[in-house]
Amino acid sequence: MLRFILGRLLQAIPVLLVVITVTFFLVHSVPGGPFDADRAVGPAVMKALNSYYRLDLPLWQQYLHYLGDLASGDLGPSFKYPGRSVGEMIAAGLPATAELGFYALLVALGIGISSGVIAALRPNTAQDYIPMGLAMIGICMPAFLLGPLLVLVFGINLEWVPVSGWGGMPGDKVLPSLTLGAGYAAYVARLSRGGMLEVLSQDYMRTARAKGLAPWQIVLKHGLRGGLIPVVAFLGPAFAGLLTGSFVVETLFQIPGLGRFYVEAAFNRDYTMIMGTTILFAAAIIVFNLAADVLASALDPRLRQSRGGGQ
Amino acid sequence: MSRGLWRDSWRRLRRNRPALLGAGLLLLMVLLALLTPWIAPFGYEQQNLVLGATPPSPSHWLGTDVLGRDMLTRILYGGRLSLAVGFIATALALIIGVTYGAVAGFIGGAVDALMMRLVDILYALPIMIFIILLMVLFGRSLLLLFLAIGAVEWMTMARIVRAQVQSLRQQEFVEAAVAMGLPPERIIARHIIPNTLGPVIIYATLTIPSVMLLEAFLSFLGLGVQPPQSSWGLLISQGVETMEEYPWLLIYPGIALATTLFALNFLGDGLRDALDPKSAKD
Amino acid sequence: MKALLFIAPLLLALAACSDYESNVSSGNREGILHWGNGAEPAELDPHIVTGLPEHSLMAALFEGLVAKNPHTLAVEPAVAQSWQVSDDGRVYRFAIRPSARWSNGEPITAEDFRWSWYRALQPGLGNPYAYMFAPIVNASAYASGELTDFSKVGIQVLDTLTLQVTLSNPTPFFLQLLDHYATYPVHRATIEARGAIDERGTRWTRVEHFVGNGPFTLKEWSLNKAIVVAKSLTYWDSDTVKLKQIVFHPIGNIATEERMFRAGQLHYTYDVPTAKIERYRVEQPELLRISPYLGTYFYRINTRLPHLQDIRVRQALSLAVDRESIVSYVTGAGELAAYTITPPGTLAYVAQPIAGFNPDRARAQLAAAGYPNGAGFPVTEILYNSSEAHRKIAVAIQQMWKRELNIDVVLANQDWKVFLAAQTNGDYQLSRASWIGDYVDPNSFLDMWIEGGGNNRTGWSNAEFEHLVLEVAPSAATQAARYDAFRRAETILLQEAPIIVIYTYVSKHLIHPSLRGFPANIMNHPSFKHMSLHRAEPEI
Repeated sequence: MLRFILGRLLQAIPVLLVVITVTFFLVHSVPGGPFDADRAVGPAVMKALNSYYRLDLPLWQQYLHYLGDLASGDLGPSFKYPGRSVGEMIAAGLPATAELGFYALLVALGIGISSGVIAALRPNTAQDYIPMGLAMIGICMPAFLLGPLLVLVFGINLEWVPVSGWGGMPGDKVLPSLTLGAGYAAYVARLSRGGMLEVLSQDYMRTARAKGLAPWQIVLKHGLRGGLIPVVAFLGPAFAGLLTGSFVVETLFQIPGLGRFYVEAAFNRDYTMIMGTTILFAAAIIVFNLAADVLASALDPRLRQSRGGGQ
Repeated sequence: MSRGLWRDSWRRLRRNRPALLGAGLLLLMVLLALLTPWIAPFGYEQQNLVLGATPPSPSHWLGTDVLGRDMLTRILYGGRLSLAVGFIATALALIIGVTYGAVAGFIGGAVDALMMRLVDILYALPIMIFIILLMVLFGRSLLLLFLAIGAVEWMTMARIVRAQVQSLRQQEFVEAAVAMGLPPERIIARHIIPNTLGPVIIYATLTIPSVMLLEAFLSFLGLGVQPPQSSWGLLISQGVETMEEYPWLLIYPGIALATTLFALNFLGDGLRDALDPKSAKD
Repeated sequence: MKALLFIAPLLLALAACSDYESNVSSGNREGILHWGNGAEPAELDPHIVTGLPEHSLMAALFEGLVAKNPHTLAVEPAVAQSWQVSDDGRVYRFAIRPSARWSNGEPITAEDFRWSWYRALQPGLGNPYAYMFAPIVNASAYASGELTDFSKVGIQVLDTLTLQVTLSNPTPFFLQLLDHYATYPVHRATIEARGAIDERGTRWTRVEHFVGNGPFTLKEWSLNKAIVVAKSLTYWDSDTVKLKQIVFHPIGNIATEERMFRAGQLHYTYDVPTAKIERYRVEQPELLRISPYLGTYFYRINTRLPHLQDIRVRQALSLAVDRESIVSYVTGAGELAAYTITPPGTLAYVAQPIAGFNPDRARAQLAAAGYPNGAGFPVTEILYNSSEAHRKIAVAIQQMWKRELNIDVVLANQDWKVFLAAQTNGDYQLSRASWIGDYVDPNSFLDMWIEGGGNNRTGWSNAEFEHLVLEVAPSAATQAARYDAFRRAETILLQEAPIIVIYTYVSKHLIHPSLRGFPANIMNHPSFKHMSLHRAEPEI
């Protein structure tokens, strides 16, 4: 297992390099530069800006400069926010986004797995249809719909929770976490139901029942491990979606997070910011996928064999 | 699978009432979408500025939007686009994703590692830039929108299939096939893929709404559907803005989307139950 | 059902969280204003920034030689307590107030201004508003790098508290320019301690280093969360300042901002969603402020394209736009239909309006240009940047042209930067555009249309127009003569129609009744030192 993990971490290095390179050239190939503005800036000003940010150098030189800076841990200055370094902006925004993502994931896994399992225990009955129906509604309700709806009902009309902010007032983390987590809860519910159904129909489950084990024990000890495999496989991409998803929630609830910077950087052509957040994102995905794979083999002993040997 | 097993599956599916209901609704939606140019009461770009937004009435069954356009017409046309995006992008994601995931999961080892690292790379690339670039380079072709969305979704499908295939790989019937010397393509095609159909179908029915919502998100940011065309996702995102003032602008597109997704789900569940030889019927 | 058992305690917990005080109520009690500011500012350095959110921050943190009266926008003394203008109108002598202080207590001198303007004009700094200094002798030459000796620029320090400025021409609106943040003073020692004079984005604007001279000083800057400024104790007029603090909230999404306002978290919003305006107008009109704004919304026409080169075609397009319909039904906030590019209310300047909606005449023009009933007219594209508002107007105009002229127009939206690049490169046919005046004078709306001007972008030029704007107006002897020159120039511009003016902007805000001392003005300029919060107002 250790070899497996180390191997994957080593593979991460070329992956990151490819991501950095492709993103760099991709980003510079889109029309519109960071200093294009509605009010035309004079040619002297443009020249000064381009020279300060090295935009007047040939592209491959800019790329090498960037790599050089990166090697010394410098992600460069933001193009849109002079005086802010990308590293500083990421450090400012990351805690809120990470926390939001974490709570959203808790909501998703908590509500999702429990409803999925409950539904799978009595398929095609009310116990199945109701939670799955609610799950469907969760899928139909994108964050930009659910958010304002929740705010309207619980924030403005009932005044139970604040309508914006993160950490400023008590209870202001509730609505954003729910909004972001709800969509994923729905997916997790369906995936775990599907996975549980697959597992519950397996022979070894019948054996356990025949042996006289109580249903709950069966579910927890035997069913969950196998049944959660598709959920675990989903976690990697789910995390990926969380960053862009958090953009919507952060905008709706005025949360000072990274998601907003990530999306706005693309629109602002803030090259260094795009690169910086992409690198962070890529690194995080790699780690998350690795964790998901490790978790999957922990759940399914049959995978463990191939992991220990083959990789 | 042998013909007998297919016939069994079909019989099981026919007996599953919610699935049939789902199939029926879906068919209805598709039919409405196809027939839209003939059945829509107004032109989808026909404005009536003086009228503005009005609630449902005899002349406009589902009301009108802020520019006086008939909502029933816009929802019908929106459905055409949303369904097209949903099906085409998902089909693309399915074809690429299932094949990719099955190959990676089955072969394992270094090939699997390489394939999965490639997926990691693609995942990490900033999608917004990618889409802006597509829009600029290729004009605003809707087909490209479908392709772009499908190109994002296949990777998740691949991961799920791969996980499933890795699990199957260890099972005895597969080991037997390998021992018998059957070529990998045949094993994958005839033994592995049919047995991954369960989660694949479930995930496909999850992908279609995800695709439709991704399209809504893109349109919301101005990167997708162009006016005066519309899609359900775009209608909903516009309806949210006037949620309190003109709720019908949100409710009816929402119902249209929800109905379709419910239908897809019941159908998907039914298909899954029908195709699984060990379906839980005890 | 088990699900209900999960939900019930959650709901109870939520209900328990309802004990929090709104920003408005705590703010009124403590004198803290909560201001919706639209976006995170790019910087707080007055010589680098552009944009409305930054404008408000600059108004709080700095002060120029002169200020604007909150009601009339007339020029008033600020750091300069008085000034004298020479008879020929070209030499200004400013007497700096002896009591003017920086936020660190040091006195402000004429040399501070000279050095600050020296910095503002550094070519390497890339000040986007360097052109504000254009009336000053040799300022433009220095800013473009042509001239390297700053002593030749018309700025002189006569003694510690006297600054003399020499202009190339008598410029009636010159004093207005001195309230723009590009001309604000900055503290030399602070800047030099943190980097070179023309280095962008050094850390001198961070809280720990910041020195300004405005009614407020920087207290806290949490990226993307809030900027807090506190009343400056060294400000020369601090007795007038009633607010203790202002919290600037960088809220990007106006729907979110409106919800926050309703929940009592803001005293003032940056904007109001169009869909909500009618509702406020009917139910709570005292919260809604809509007032004329110094800006025009128009379409640029790419006059380089063959079928758009004919003036008759352009006039036909303009005549077929029903502006009244657009402002009545499409834009929804009470904007004014525009028939001139200079907005009404520009200090008594009245331009000659173009003809309004006249479909018959439009058709006649189009036919005369060779496209009777639209036959043979190439499919034309309207480009706009992605936004619901622009989309709606473009769709409405598309319909109008189809109905009245029988021509086909397609719509294209692009992401903002691509849109800008397309306009700059002439890579468009018709494009949505807007222009906000920098100062209250017709020149702000007219001098952009000279040949090859960076903000022109239509490929249009007219020698007579340029002569009027660049030569006749600046050297006019009286304001009346000057306005007359502008009037003639604007008529030329509108007749030749390289642009189709559509509407005059209004600024719209939701303002809590407890905020006083903030009258509406055409430049939407906030004068924070005159504002105050009153607790007696009932909560909404």
